Order: sequence, then structure tokens, then C-alpha cells
Amino acid sequence: MSARVKFRSSSATSNKARRGLPFWGALTVLAAAAPLAAAQAPPAPAARFVVVLDAAHGGDDAGGRLSGGQTEKAFTLALSVRLRSLLAARGIAVVTTRESDATIDSNRRAGIANHANAQACLSLHATESGSGIHLFASSLAPAQAVRIPAWKTAQAAWVTRSLALAGLLNSALLHAGMSVTLGRTDLPGIDSMTCPALAVEVAPESAPGQAPKSALDDAAYQARVATALAAALLEWRTEARQP
Amino acid sequence: MIPRYQTVLFIVLLAASAVMGTVLWQLRERAHQRLLTGEDSAPTSAPLVAATEQATLLVANDADNSLLEETQALPLPQDPGTRARVVLGKLLDLYASPDASHPVAGGASSILQVFLLPVPAVDRAPAAPAKAGTPSAGAQQTGPELAVVNLAGKFAASHPSGLETETLTVESICATLHANLPRVTQVRFLVDGAERATLAGHADLTRTYLAAPAVPHP
Repeated sequence: MSARVKFRSSSATSNKARRGLPFWGALTVLAAAAPLAAAQAPPAPAARFVVVLDAAHGGDDAGGRLSGGQTEKAFTLALSVRLRSLLAARGIAVVTTRESDATIDSNRRAGIANHANAQACLSLHATESGSGIHLFASSLAPAQAVRIPAWKTAQAAWVTRSLALAGLLNSALLHAGMSVTLGRTDLPGIDSMTCPALAVEVAPESAPGQAPKSALDDAAYQARVATALAAALLEWRTEARQP
Repeated sequence: MIPRYQTVLFIVLLAASAVMGTVLWQLRERAHQRLLTGEDSAPTSAPLVAATEQATLLVANDADNSLLEETQALPLPQDPGTRARVVLGKLLDLYASPDASHPVAGGASSILQVFLLPVPAVDRAPAAPAKAGTPSAGAQQTGPELAVVNLAGKFAASHPSGLETETLTVESICATLHANLPRVTQVRFLVDGAERATLAGHADLTRTYLAAPAVPHP
């Protein structure tokens, strides 16, 4: 896009030179060569693709109690760090809401996400209830984007994109052999984000009424979840770059 | 001159009489209290048993994050608030059963009260203009209602923590209320009579939930 703009600008200079200004002669030659130079220049970089990872809870808020004596805040932080590494290795810029056991309220989390101008925001949670991965989008009704959105319903303009991201994550997780449930919920942090935003809740993988096949403290299961999420976000970046 | 031993004997007998009198007075008071208590608890009229009716419960299922409609025959009182408490109590009894699809401890005793209040006029959709000659007094009673569900603290404390499980609990309560009391369009939650930030760390209990959208469509 920017290369095309440069080309048009050079052509305008060339036309002006041909209107008879003598000292523009040398420039005419340069201007004639400009389209060729523009064509040979490398394409301008696309808009920066940023992902926000929000490890839920932290500090005083331990979240739920998980198997093996683990807390939800520790699990989400470990998953956030693992996912950040996978995404960074694939050239995706990552912004995290916390890197340590710190107390951060939902408004601050949304503020960090909105400041990053991200293309995807994932709020990471964990539970011992249910099975597989639970994906939640905001339950706000879709609305037109406005110049100054209300803080508590800022996500309304992004709900459609958030649902599209949920569909893509659903496909990637199913492809990785995990069970997925989709839902809508009210989460103060998500509802204030101005990006495609989802809450991703990781539960042990099990059939109803049976012992878990993959517990939350299983490192292999955590790695599988992180890899599937990273693959989905790569696919999301590819879709975002398509015209 | 009275002998010393007679004086001592007289004092001892007088003290014994006083003690016996006190004991007799206390025994009399106790018997009187027992009599009064017996009068209070004596059944004077046969208890009224509410007629059995069909109640619709929207039962949560953790396996697929859904609400499943289930019909139960329950003795339902006529008073709407008590009716709502009985229906929600049955729903939480299902969750407390060993083979529950959405296991949550607590049962019926977790619903302390359900208050039904008219929805404030500012929150309502604009009503159609009343026809000429139509009395407007009844409009308030047939309008939408806000249900305030007061949960027991032990229910919130023992609720499993998680986005899905907490959302399902809230949605199933809202949908069950609306299914049995269609005038209930909004629901708010209290825990032990006070506002609480979340149910168990995730579901927001400070906001007003719309009951109607929680009902699943076929």
C-alpha cells in the first residue's frame, strides 16, 4: 500500500518536470527511474500484530484451588509464560498483563490490553470443573463502533471479531484432539477490552463420570494446550493479514 | 436463758427452710414454663399442603456448557416469593445429588430468601399507551419484576471456582426463575443479605442479570 503511494508521488513529479522547467531535466531522469526503484524496494512491513495474554488472578486473589495443591493464579501465570515463549518464537509481539504474582484489577488489565492496540486478547483461567477447554466471549450484544466507547461496554463493537476468534480457536483445539465448549459470559475485564477478546478456561480432560485423562498438573497437557493456542493465533495472524 | 445448742439448731432449721422454699419456687417456675411451651407448640389446626404442580427447571450440564429443561412435580405455594424459593431449592437439591451433571454442594437450604420487586420505571421498555377508560392501578402489579435471590454464605464458599461452572449456576437460576415466573425479567444476587463481588472468583454478582436471555431457545 505504501509502495503504491510512493509510486504515484514519483509520477506526479515526473509530469511536472515534463511541463518545461529546464533545471528539472536531471530530476526528470531520476523521476523516470523512480518507479523502477519503488518496484525493487522491499514491501513495507504490515501493521504490527500484537497479542495480549492476561494471566487471571494473582497476588491476594489466588483464584480456584486446583489438583496437586496448585492455585489458579500460578497455573495461569505458567501458561501465559509458556504461550508467550511460543508466540515470540514465531515472531508475534506479546504483551502480558502480569509477569509475577501481583494483584492487578480488571480495569488495569483492560487498560493494558487497550493500550497495546492488540489483534487478539486472551484471558487465561483454569478450573477443576467440567472437561477440556472452555472458550467464553463477552455476552454484550454486538454494536457499531463509536469514537468514544463506554468503558464497561467497550467490547460490544468487537464482539463479532471475538466470536470469529472463538471459532478459530475452537477449530485449532479440536484439531489438537481436545474437547471444547463455547459460551458467552460477563467478565468485567473482557467487557472493557477494545480488541477481539476471549476468556480461555483450561479444565482437566476427562469423559463424564471418569477419572481425568489429563490433569491440570500434567506438564504434557499444559504444553499441548499452549501449542494449540499458539497455532490458532498464528492462523489468526494469517487471516488478519489477508486483504 | 436459751441454751446455745438450741440457738444453733434454730438457725440451721431456719436456713434449711429458706433453701427448701427457694428450690420449691424454682421448680414451680419451671413447671409453669413447661406448661406455656406446651400450649404454644400444640397443633391447633391441620397443616396446609400446597397442591402439586409442574415446575420447569433449567438444569446446568458441565459436560457441554448447556441448560437442559426438566419438569418436576412439586407442591408449590401460591405466594410468588415462596414459590420461587421452592423451585430454586429443588434446582439446588439436584446439584447437590451425587450424580449431578453440575455438582454444587449446599442444596435447598442455600436459598435463604427470594424477594420480588417491581422493575424500576427507568429500566423498563416504553409501555404502550393505555386505552381510554382503562384503570392504570393494575399496571404496576402485572409489570416486569426484579427477583433478588439471597444465597447462603456457605453456598458461595463451597461453590467450585471456575468461569464455566459459576456462569452456569447463575444462568440456570435466572432461567428457572423466568420459566416459572414469567414476570421475572431481571435477577440480582445477594450473599447472606449483602452484596458480593463474585460467586467464587469469576461470575460477577454485582450486576443485574436479564432473566429472559438465559432461557435456551430450541
